[in-house]
Amino acid sequence: MDLEDQGLLKRVIDENGTDNVVVILGSPDEESARVYAETVTSGDPSWAGPLAGVSLRLPVYHILEKEMRDEIDPAIYEEHVAMMEMVLDTEEITRAVREVREKGSDLG
Amino acid sequence: MPNGKEVKKMLQGKKAIIIGERDGVASPAIEACLKTVDATPIYSLTQCYV
Amino acid sequence: MSFPVIAATSYVLCHTPQLVRYGSKPAREIGKEGGDDVAARLDAALRPFEDAVGYPPNQVFIGNTAPGCLRGMERPWWKHPIAAASRFSEWGEIMPELEFLGLLKAADQFNVVQLRADLAEASSAALGEHPLPLDLERERITGISPDECQRLATAPGSLPLFLAGDPVPVGCVLIGHDEDTNLVAHILLENLATKASGALAVRHLIERNGIDPASISYVLNCGEEAVGDRYQRGGGSLSKAIAEQVGLLNASGSDTKAFCCAPVHSLVQAAALVQAKVFESVLVVGGGSLAKLGMKFRSHLDKETPILEDVLAGLAILISADDGRGPQIRLDSIGRHRVGSGSSQQAILQDLVRDPLRRIGWRLTDVDLYATEMHNPEVTEPSGSGDVPDRNYRMIASLAVIDGDIARDQIGAFVEERGVPGFSPTQGHIAAAVPMLGHAIRDLEAGRAQRAFFLAKGSLFLGKMTNMSDGMSFAIERRPSKTTDANNA
Repeated sequence: MDLEDQGLLKRVIDENGTDNVVVILGSPDEESARVYAETVTSGDPSWAGPLAGVSLRLPVYHILEKEMRDEIDPAIYEEHVAMMEMVLDTEEITRAVREVREKGSDLG
Repeated sequence: MPNGKEVKKMLQGKKAIIIGERDGVASPAIEACLKTVDATPIYSLTQCYV
Repeated sequence: MSFPVIAATSYVLCHTPQLVRYGSKPAREIGKEGGDDVAARLDAALRPFEDAVGYPPNQVFIGNTAPGCLRGMERPWWKHPIAAASRFSEWGEIMPELEFLGLLKAADQFNVVQLRADLAEASSAALGEHPLPLDLERERITGISPDECQRLATAPGSLPLFLAGDPVPVGCVLIGHDEDTNLVAHILLENLATKASGALAVRHLIERNGIDPASISYVLNCGEEAVGDRYQRGGGSLSKAIAEQVGLLNASGSDTKAFCCAPVHSLVQAAALVQAKVFESVLVVGGGSLAKLGMKFRSHLDKETPILEDVLAGLAILISADDGRGPQIRLDSIGRHRVGSGSSQQAILQDLVRDPLRRIGWRLTDVDLYATEMHNPEVTEPSGSGDVPDRNYRMIASLAVIDGDIARDQIGAFVEERGVPGFSPTQGHIAAAVPMLGHAIRDLEAGRAQRAFFLAKGSLFLGKMTNMSDGMSFAIERRPSKTTDANNA
């Protein structure tokens, strides 16, 4: 994740705490999804930014995961998100985020 | 695996940090979804690295 | 129905490895703690001119190689240069840094660019060998003594300019105003870089196509730089500055500001002006984005690839009144992403693709060639941004699935048949559909395609005035040949 974005994210967490917070990703491929998921769970994997070594342990989901689809209004999901299931490597992306989440978050 | 009742609670009433991408799923689209489950965005970003 | 034609296109790449340090991301990283180390690693990963020339995506960009050929070329492309690749092409060139520094000086009317005398002389001499007549530019390439150059290059606020192999600055860019933060050296360098690269593209377009400069009445600049001062930070009209630079004495112009989508907005406006008979010929020009040099350099260093974002791109497109021959812009096919449409990919594609095509009676499968965000995947993949053109093509294909034109398992085939691999430098507006215009016209004229569709997007949200993105689109169509018409009569 971009270093400046990490800084902004850290500020948001400092202001809001981590209680009741969930992270939702819209990343377009497995690699970026995994990196962002790791950044908000165990910390910046590249060890380069404000979130290096900072374990936020936030629950993180990708919007294409079944858990999201199950909870969100189907008509809205269909209108705003569903098409990208065909475009992106949905299985790889969602598997990567699930793996990171189950390893690192408070829900895991 | 969470049962149906727990699934409902994953987003309901949560504070959401949204990280979207322009050529993936952009954050306004995710926000529209979260409105339907009463989750509040506290940080919403769409990335574009091109 | 009569529509304006795309009369000519040109594409240039200015190889500027020593300017990568002034790209937005490298400059910020070098400015932090440990920056010297970053600078050294960056410097070691810069590639020589020959490598930039032989680099297959660069050869595609300037038109020496068809984009489809990239599919058959072994990856990574940077490890497999095209043998005996030429720096020149029918559409333009790849220019070495020494010559570009001379053009940078020539573009400057306020003496903010200073070159050491020997470098100025070498640059001018090299430009004297150039196939284009560049005497007007060469007259403006003057130099200063080595001592003066060293003094100015190390003055507060100055940006030193370098050339590979020379340990000391070969020139510098001075601050434009002691107090105005909009006229600092960095901003002036960015603006002059886009002016010089855009002007080079226009020179190629005019000279290679035998266009009378006096025939161009209006110029639309679609670059993303802000030209202005503290009271009018984005005042603009780099268009007219470029027109002056290349001697378009009958032209005025304005800048189209729409982030990356600006080239397509500009083409639509140009075509509309011509169609309405306001002007006979309108030029669209876009120079390179210095800010985007080395944007992903970190990931390139990590993955041990050379710094591929080392070129300033430039393009020029001439729109003229219907001459009965050239490929027409279907002004009845213009798509726009509307404010009320929402920001889902589906809504964007509906506005940009489905509705315009329906309006002219085309199905998605009637289009032989689509042009979308054409970013070179070798630049974007190391940083985890994936293959942007492929993803955008898959979005169009998904729309075809939703419309029932193809089955879901045909998405890959749709992309293969109607799309091409990405090849454009990641220079913002440059990559947004328009790199394919020259190639599409070739395909249309050779009969390899009948219909091509161009769609571009802009990330307006980056300016923090709105959360929206933007998009514009248009179709071009092969004209039936006179022979075909006669045979069918």
